[in-house]
Amino acid sequence: MNSAVSSKDVEARIFEILISFGTEPDSAVREATFDQLDIDSLDLVELAQIVDEEYGVELTIDDAQQLQNVGDAIDLIVSRIA
Amino acid sequence: MSDGKRCALVTGGSRGIGAAIARQLAADGWAVAVNYRDDEQGAAETVGAILELGARGCAIQGDVAHPPTADNLVAAAEAELGPVLALVNNAGVHSDGLSATMSDDEFSRVLETNLTAAFRLTRRVLRKMLRARFGRIVSIGSIVGLRGNVGQANYAASKAGLIAMTRTVAAEVARRGITANVVAPGLIDTAMTAPLSQELAGMVPARRAGSPEEVAACVGFLVSEAASYVNGATLVVDGALTA
Repeated sequence: MNSAVSSKDVEARIFEILISFGTEPDSAVREATFDQLDIDSLDLVELAQIVDEEYGVELTIDDAQQLQNVGDAIDLIVSRIA
Repeated sequence: MSDGKRCALVTGGSRGIGAAIARQLAADGWAVAVNYRDDEQGAAETVGAILELGARGCAIQGDVAHPPTADNLVAAAEAELGPVLALVNNAGVHSDGLSATMSDDEFSRVLETNLTAAFRLTRRVLRKMLRARFGRIVSIGSIVGLRGNVGQANYAASKAGLIAMTRTVAAEVARRGITANVVAPGLIDTAMTAPLSQELAGMVPARRAGSPEEVAACVGFLVSEAASYVNGATLVVDGALTA
């Protein structure tokens, strides 16, 4: 875990990951829901793995079910890094 | 497969079918991590054969029935040979007895090694496979898992479980270029079956037991790029015994 990571860094990285999953760059915004971006459960598993590897933050299935949109995910990750 | 950046992990690779699979994959260009539980000498011989084939290889001790082993094995294989992008769940045990007298321990011990350990390893290797958009998982089942066998309720249940687990995993990850299949041997000439081989061979339409190499060839195919659309399947290798 890197305590110097900023919220903007996390946001940029999450958008980058979503784009790698097939999300259009213009659609990668905080307000978008995972459904709207066609991000499925397997994508979320992979996203959680990347977040774990890069930030040392563990996201569970319960966490994922609570997330309303991409911004929620970013905020949750940032709050756990802090 | 010989790009030097990925490897195959074969559990129970010190002898018999597992050793033949390790040699086959090495011949196909894979770096191969050979897991063994007790037979250090056998594992060393398998690795020696891998090196002779010009591939990279290493032996890794670990009892797959022990829950932390999956993490340890994969981490060791990755450190030595690169990401595990092919997994062969071959390690298996049997503890036979009629159901009426089989203890909880006899039942669960076989399930733990043959099925639960395969699940743990599968779960562990999927991480890298998902990221790589490629992976091959082959579990060694048995025709006993398709039709049952007197005295082997535990073994048959474990092998049937492997088939159902494999189908499910295949459906979950197929869109990531990962395949999961089962090879189900019939009577194969190994140390495990040696006491029965002569007697049972007459019941096989092919009139002989199969060889470990004949099973390994099927695994080699399923691990290959050529088998990319074979997913969730059970490939029976039994000389027409169940035909």
